[in-house]
Amino acid sequence: MTQGTRLVVDAVTMRFGGLTAVDGVSFTAEPGDITAVIGPNGAGKTTLFNCITGFYRASSGRIMLGETALHRLPGHRIALAGVARTFQNIRLFGGMTCLENLLVAQHRRLMAASWFGIGAVLGLSRYPAAEREAVERARAWLEATDLLDRADDAAGSLPYGAQRRLEIARAMCTGPRLLCLDEPAAGLNPRESAALSQLVRAIRDGTAAGADPCSVLLIEHDMGVVMGISDKIVVLDHGARIAMGTPAEIRADPNVIAAYLGEDEPA
Amino acid sequence: MNGAALKDATLCAAVAAVLFVPVVGLRTAPGPTGPLRIEPHFGIVAVLVGLVLLGRLAIIAWQARRRPTAAETPRRVARVMARSGRYVAPALLALAVLLPFLPGTGRYELDLGILVLTYVMLGWGLNIVVGLAGLLDLGYVAFYAVGAYAYALLAQEFGLSFWVCLPLSGLIAGMWGVLLGFPVLRLRGDYLAIVTLGFGEIIRIVLLNWTNLTNGPNGIGGIPRPSFFGLPFSSGGEPGSFAHFFGIEPSPVQRVIFLYYLILALALLTNWVSIRLRRQPLGRAWEALREDEIAARALGINVRNTKLTAFALGATFGGFAGAFFATRQGFISPESFTFSESAIILAIVVLGGLGSQLGIAISALVMIGGFELFRGLDEWRMLVFGMAMVVIMVVKPRGLVGDRTPTIALGTRKAIGGGLVGQGQG
Repeated sequence: MTQGTRLVVDAVTMRFGGLTAVDGVSFTAEPGDITAVIGPNGAGKTTLFNCITGFYRASSGRIMLGETALHRLPGHRIALAGVARTFQNIRLFGGMTCLENLLVAQHRRLMAASWFGIGAVLGLSRYPAAEREAVERARAWLEATDLLDRADDAAGSLPYGAQRRLEIARAMCTGPRLLCLDEPAAGLNPRESAALSQLVRAIRDGTAAGADPCSVLLIEHDMGVVMGISDKIVVLDHGARIAMGTPAEIRADPNVIAAYLGEDEPA
Repeated sequence: MNGAALKDATLCAAVAAVLFVPVVGLRTAPGPTGPLRIEPHFGIVAVLVGLVLLGRLAIIAWQARRRPTAAETPRRVARVMARSGRYVAPALLALAVLLPFLPGTGRYELDLGILVLTYVMLGWGLNIVVGLAGLLDLGYVAFYAVGAYAYALLAQEFGLSFWVCLPLSGLIAGMWGVLLGFPVLRLRGDYLAIVTLGFGEIIRIVLLNWTNLTNGPNGIGGIPRPSFFGLPFSSGGEPGSFAHFFGIEPSPVQRVIFLYYLILALALLTNWVSIRLRRQPLGRAWEALREDEIAARALGINVRNTKLTAFALGATFGGFAGAFFATRQGFISPESFTFSESAIILAIVVLGGLGSQLGIAISALVMIGGFELFRGLDEWRMLVFGMAMVVIMVVKPRGLVGDRTPTIALGTRKAIGGGLVGQGQG
């Protein structure tokens, strides 16, 4: 069992023309931790996220997951390196069933087992076993996210909260070492948020669906969720890191209160 | 019936009048002294406009009556359709296999069957690219042309047999698919459509102008006909020919029947590969790309390579169909590979329902077979044809079979309504 892998973000800067969206941000996400990135709107959280998950290439700085230099990998390789993500505006394969969504997530493993499609067309024997295994993994995640009875329904027909959970299940089906959640609680009601917190904790501890423990990196606006589950919080404002620490430290940090929590509801 | 309905119908009639006056109402005919003069036919126009007016009123009345049960009727119809739909595919397949032996099947019916099956195969091939991977390809005929010319040149220059040339033609067409796909598959949507359209034209123009190789506009004639695994079809029935070997009366129909089963086998091969691949990770990745490319990339799918496989495979089947076309015709020229061919193939796929194997087969039958059926209508044929297409698109905007069947299920497979299924942005 791997204990997760450390994510090191080292002086990452992202510029779009004259605009510096992320300015020399450094932090580490320790293995087995839930690390939250918070900050007011436009602080650069999602940009930082996109750099880590390979959607943007950082202008400068290093992003290391264990020994792997994420900032050098092309987009689709990031997932192979063990980084899975969800999206702020849900991106499911709406016309495919929940089960199919989870099988697409296991594409690489199945492709290798099917000899890149050729063997599977000819009906070679290794593929069916691999597919059965993939279906079992998908079933376990559907159960963990309470979607088992919707397995054969189109993902696009699920209610909003269920789509959020399915997206997390899909990300976890890639077998990641680091799960990046972009505002997973957005649009959820309090009961759903509480269930989500529990799910994220289970993912960190490796008690969900028989998967290995997985570090979690989280962007979230819902302070109830962030303060409740985070082991460590990184606060961004105007692209720069203004604070880092445990939830209790962050609550007491005058910079954070001035920049962000001051006007907000006390968490 | 109320004022709004009347106003709507009058508007329709006015539009019809504007359309029909120049198209139907004014005709040229040779005058008594020789030069052409315009003959008015406003009587027919009045009848047509009247028909449109009454028809529109009837539609409005029908819709008004239907509305209260609108939610229930389609579901009942859908259930009946789903139940009968299970038997449509086997019935069509049985018909296709037995056609040469059905009473009343002559040379004409067989030739028509070959034509329809060629388009079924092309439709299924393009379906991999457009229906599954969601890449709008307007130049599919280019691969058809590459396959046809590859077969013609290989067979003539090197004297290779049909069974050697067929896979080679597919391979060469697939190679061209990769060559074209490599630079252009980073484009999306409309841009991809335009580049593929251009590629289709480029291939045709190269074929037209590269006279040394392709004989230009004169085309290539005398392409070797296929043999029955080495036994040629000949009318004389001499030793070593198909008829002599099996001890039957030589007849030109034998070759046609052989060609018919050949294209049937090729089409079924296309179908089999598509159906199998759809249930494999590769096929699911194609559909995932159609649904959401960004999410697919985040899951570790190599977007470019996956698109390339779809493009290359579609091109390969286009190449097979092209080789068959060349050997059946015995003569090919760039004339056969114009943009309108691409448009017809794409229309078959869209009318049939993107991604649906059965829908595409039916729509090829309707489009190609129906077009022949209306041959008696002469110049009205295009009008009837266009109208039929419009009606299909109005009644079933997602094509004849718009639902998507899941590739795998824990319980029972439930069809997914077309509205949820993405159409891809290229």
